[in-house]
Amino acid sequence: MLFGFEWDLSSPLAFALSILPILLIGMWVTIQAAVLGFAVALVLGLVWAVLKAARSRFIAWPASVVTEFIRDTPLLVQLFFLYYVLPEYGIVLPAFMTGALALGIQYSAYTSEVYRAGLEAVAKDQHEAARALNLSAARTFTHIVVPQAVPRIVPAMGNYLVSIMKDVPVLSVVTVLEMLNVAKIVGDRTFDYLVPLSMVGGLYLIMTLVASAGVRLLDGWLPKQGIPLK
Amino acid sequence: MQWTDYISPLMQGAWVTVQLTVFSTILGAVLAFVFGIGKLSSNWAFRAISVAYIEVFRGTSLLVQLFWLYFALPLAGTAMGIDLRLPPVLAGVLALGLNIGAYGAEVVRGAIAAVHQDQHEAARALNFSARQTLWGIVIPQAIPEMMPSFGNLAVQNLKDTALVSLISLGDLTFRAEQIRNFTQDSTTIYSMLLVMYFGMALVLTAIMRGLERYATRWRTARS
Amino acid sequence: MSDPIIKFDKVVKRFGDLTVLDALDFEVMRGEKVSIIGPSGSGKSTVLRILMTLEGIDGGLVTVGGEPLWHEPGPDGLRPASEAHLRKMRAQLGMVFQQFNLFPHMTVLRNITEAPVKVLGLSKADAKLRAEELLERVGLADQAQKYPHQLSGGQQQRVGIARALAMRPSILLFDEPTSALDPELVGEVLNVIGQLAEEHDLTMLLVTHEMRFAREISDRVCFFDQGQIREEGTPEELFSDPNEDRTREFLKAVLD
Repeated sequence: MLFGFEWDLSSPLAFALSILPILLIGMWVTIQAAVLGFAVALVLGLVWAVLKAARSRFIAWPASVVTEFIRDTPLLVQLFFLYYVLPEYGIVLPAFMTGALALGIQYSAYTSEVYRAGLEAVAKDQHEAARALNLSAARTFTHIVVPQAVPRIVPAMGNYLVSIMKDVPVLSVVTVLEMLNVAKIVGDRTFDYLVPLSMVGGLYLIMTLVASAGVRLLDGWLPKQGIPLK
Repeated sequence: MQWTDYISPLMQGAWVTVQLTVFSTILGAVLAFVFGIGKLSSNWAFRAISVAYIEVFRGTSLLVQLFWLYFALPLAGTAMGIDLRLPPVLAGVLALGLNIGAYGAEVVRGAIAAVHQDQHEAARALNFSARQTLWGIVIPQAIPEMMPSFGNLAVQNLKDTALVSLISLGDLTFRAEQIRNFTQDSTTIYSMLLVMYFGMALVLTAIMRGLERYATRWRTARS
Repeated sequence: MSDPIIKFDKVVKRFGDLTVLDALDFEVMRGEKVSIIGPSGSGKSTVLRILMTLEGIDGGLVTVGGEPLWHEPGPDGLRPASEAHLRKMRAQLGMVFQQFNLFPHMTVLRNITEAPVKVLGLSKADAKLRAEELLERVGLADQAQKYPHQLSGGQQQRVGIARALAMRPSILLFDEPTSALDPELVGEVLNVIGQLAEEHDLTMLLVTHEMRFAREISDRVCFFDQGQIREEGTPEELFSDPNEDRTREFLKAVLD
C-alpha cells in the first residue's frame, strides 16, 4: 500500500491499473518540482545575465566563471552539496525545496545564455536607432528591447522546462517522492519493477510530448516581429 | 582524516568516471550516426525505428532509462526465459550511450540535412553511388557542423555519469558518498567533488575543441 | 553526320502547374557543339539537368547514344529506369555547374581524382597523373594542393571543368559556366572552354548568356522560348538574320 492505494498483483494489467493513481500522485510532485525549479532558473538566470553584461570586469568575469562552473558540474553533486552542506550553516530546507533549488541553480547557467543571446540579437542595431530617436535607456529597454527579445527567448526557455522535467527523478536521492521514486518503492515492495518502471517511461513520454507541443504552440502564437505595443 | 586522505579514493573513482565517459560517448557517437542517418533513410522501416529510438530516449528521463535497464530488464528477461541481468558497468554504459546517442542523432540528422543540394548534384554528375556520396561527400562536410553540439553533449554525458552511483557503480560520486558516510565531512568532500568534475569537464572541452579544429582544418587553410 | 547522340522526343517537364518543357523535340549529333540561348525561365538549364539525370521527365523519351536515358527495356516495353541503368548512362556525361559545386573539404587534386578512383576504379597513381595533365591544360598545375576556397571563382570553375573531364565523358554539359563570375574572370574560363571546342569527338552542350562566345565556338545555336526551340541554325543565320520576331527581340535586348 502507498498513499492509501492497494495494489492488485493478480495480473500485470490489474497491477498496472491499481498503481496508476499512485504514479499520478508522483507525477504531480514531478510537475510541481519542475515548475518551481524553472521559476528559480528564470530569475537566477536573469541575475547572471545582467551580471555578465556588467561594464566592470570585476563583476562580469566572476559571473562567467560561476555560471561555467555550474554548467560543468553534475546536478546530482550540486544537489548533494545543497542537501548536506546548507544545514551545516544553519539553513535547513525541506527536501523538495532543496531539490527545486538545485534544479533552478543548474538550469540558471543555461537560461542566462538564453537571455544573453536573445537580448544581444535585438540590442545591437535597435539601440542605435533608439538613441537616434532620443529615447531614454529605460524606455528603450521596456519599449524596444523587451518586446522583441521575448518572442526569441520564450521557445528556448520552454525547451529547458521540458529538460528540467526529465531531471526531476534525480531528486529521488534526497527522498523526494516524485514519479520515479514512487515507482521504485512500488517495485521494492512487490518485487516487480517491470510494470511500474515501464509505466513511468510511458508517462514521461506523454508528459514531454504534451509539453513540447505546448512550446511549439506558444512559439507559433508569439509574433515573430515582436509584441505590439499599445 | 584530512582532506588529503580523500584524494586517493576519489582518484580511483575519477578513473571509473573517465572510463564510463569515454565508452558511453563512443557508443553514443555510433548510435547518433546510425539513427541520425536512419531518420533520413529512404527505407521506411529503418526510418521508423530511428524515429522511435530518438523519441523514446529523448522523451524520457535518463535516470528512468538507467533504472529500467538495471531493475526492470532482468524481469522482462525472466518472463521471456532469458538471463538479461546486466552488471552495473554495462547497464551504466548502455543507458548513458543510448541516451546521449538519441540527442546526438538529432545533431547528425540536422547537420547532414544542412549540406547544400549543390553537393548532392555534383556527386551525382560524377556518378558516385548513394553510399559513396553519403560517406565521401556529405558526412565529411557535415561533421564540422556537428562538432560544437557534440562538445556540449560530451560534457553533458560526463555530468550524467554521476547518476550511475545510484546503481552502486564505484564512480567518483559513489566514492565521495562512501567517504561522506564515514567522515560526515560534507563541505570538504563535495567541494572537492565539484572541483574534480569541473576540471574533467575543462579537459574534455579542450579535447573536443581539438577534435573540432582537426575536423575543420580544410576550412581554415590559408592561401 | 551519323545518328544523333542526344535525342529529345516530345519531352514534357512540369514543376507543379508550370510546364517547363512542352513536347520538346531536340537532337545533337556526335561531336557537335551546340549553344542554347534564351530568356531565363525558358527551360534551357532544365534540358541539361534532365540529361545529367538531376531531374526526371513527365512525358516523352530522351535517348543518349541510342539508348533511352530515363527508361529501360522491361518485359512489357519500356519502364522507368533503375538506379543501375542511370549509373550506366551517366558515365557518358559530365557537367560543369554555374556555382562550380566543388567539394570544399577536398584539395583541388582530390576533387579531380576522387571520382576516377572511386567510380572508375583507377589506381591513385593513374588518377593523379590524369589530374595533373588536366590541371596543366586548364592552367592550374601549381594549385593542386590548395582548397577551393583559396582560389578565385575563375580558377574554381577551371577546376570544375578539369573534374568533369577526368571522367572522360563523351558529352560535356555547361550550365551557365560564367554567370557566377566577376567580369574580369570570365575570359580565362571561356578560353578553356574554347580550347575544348577544338576537340572533334567531344559533344558539347552549352547554356550561356555570352552571345559573342556562343557565336565563336558553336556549330549550331538554339533559341529557347517557353519550353520549346523557337528557332535554330548556324551562328551566322541566327545572330545575323533571325527569322522570328521573338528571337530578334531577345537578341536586341541582350546585345544592346
